[in-house]
Amino acid sequence: MNQVKTIKVNAIKNGTVIDHIAAGKILKVIDILNLTGDNSVMVGMNLASNKIGKKDIIKIENRELSKQEVNSIAIIAPSATLIIIKDFEVVNKSQLEIPEYIEEHIICPNPKCITNSENISSKYYINNSKTASARCLYCEKKYLVEDLKIKI
Amino acid sequence: MNNLISMRDLSKEDIMRLMDIAAKIEKGEIVPNMQRKLAALLFFEPSTRTMFSFDTAMKRMNGDTIIMSGTQNTSAKKGETFADTLQTIAQYSDIIIMRSPIEGAARYAAEVVDIPVVNAGDGANQHPTQALLDMYSIIKTQGKLDNLKIGLAGDLRFGRTVHSLAQAMAVFGAQFKFISPSFLQMPEYIKDDLTEQNIKFEELKEMEGNIDDLDILYVTRIQKERFADPEDYEKVKGSYVLNKAMLENAKENFKVLHPLPRVDEIHTDVDDTEYAYYFPQAKNGVYTRQAIISILLGEV
Repeated sequence: MNQVKTIKVNAIKNGTVIDHIAAGKILKVIDILNLTGDNSVMVGMNLASNKIGKKDIIKIENRELSKQEVNSIAIIAPSATLIIIKDFEVVNKSQLEIPEYIEEHIICPNPKCITNSENISSKYYINNSKTASARCLYCEKKYLVEDLKIKI
Repeated sequence: MNNLISMRDLSKEDIMRLMDIAAKIEKGEIVPNMQRKLAALLFFEPSTRTMFSFDTAMKRMNGDTIIMSGTQNTSAKKGETFADTLQTIAQYSDIIIMRSPIEGAARYAAEVVDIPVVNAGDGANQHPTQALLDMYSIIKTQGKLDNLKIGLAGDLRFGRTVHSLAQAMAVFGAQFKFISPSFLQMPEYIKDDLTEQNIKFEELKEMEGNIDDLDILYVTRIQKERFADPEDYEKVKGSYVLNKAMLENAKENFKVLHPLPRVDEIHTDVDDTEYAYYFPQAKNGVYTRQAIISILLGEV
């Protein structure tokens, strides 16, 4: 039987696609990207995925992500794929990786940590060897990466 | 070493160098001169012992101190940021020694100012100068730091002293007995660190019967306020009071340490035994802090 394929999210000419975001995480990704400019944005939610079951996807026209943004997205959506599009062609495709060090975008879950009382960015060292755990540079508490909160 | 913020920053070599300098200062082989050097003691949280110990250390070296205790007289009340307060104090002094209830405050201070910063306690996180003076007491009484069996008793959950000491002694291959009520056990993140380093530890509920194979028993106070029901405290407190009878079969080299102040967790009948070492331990704090200040100010 022939499988009918339907494109549910339109292609973009130039920009960035983040695919294979675990279903339900797209709103956090949107928060990190602070999408308030003029770029066209297409979002797909709860789409079927061979790779991860159910996925979210976002396509942003004429936008390249900073390293900081990519790192933050990797924290909440480590399964995601980052795709750079130029002239409708895929010029780069990479699997996101949880970084060893991350600054900004993270709220230290420890209410007594200085990053929650002074206007400074929390900084985390991430140990990816077994379960991904993160240690705050300041209060030195350790958390699982999945328990970290993203600063909106 | 530019600052002293956390035991996690110190290598084994750093610790041994510090022990060596403290010993030389104690013996009078090194006489650091801090004339015209000023230490700012910023204690945003109450302390008598640690503050006096630093004050004494500085004055024993002919240095001087300016002291801020509590937040009553600070500009924080006028809305000044913590960073501005620190930068201003740094204009007056050569070294900042600070205690704060906020975890990570000393690390942040070291980023903000360009003079050395010593962490004299940050919330439940670190108290590295206490850990170092404890280690100096251990090396003096045991002749070594390597491969010792150490009991840590009392409030292991909130006591930053025991956190710093456990991490530091782990580097030297210590084995631990953690003796505490179940809700005041050593935090998971410390136990994870020890497990990663293949350090053996047991978690126990009472002191009695768990002392005879120890080289060091480090006792800390259990604060009554930690218990939701005062009756619960009454039920368990006997398990965490050390008395002379419990020491009958202690090893010859065994010593009891305590960061002080003691309330009733070590019975006074222990004071006259050869095992009591908590008052000399306090004196060791002065030599250790003299060594720390001297190293950070480049005087040794």
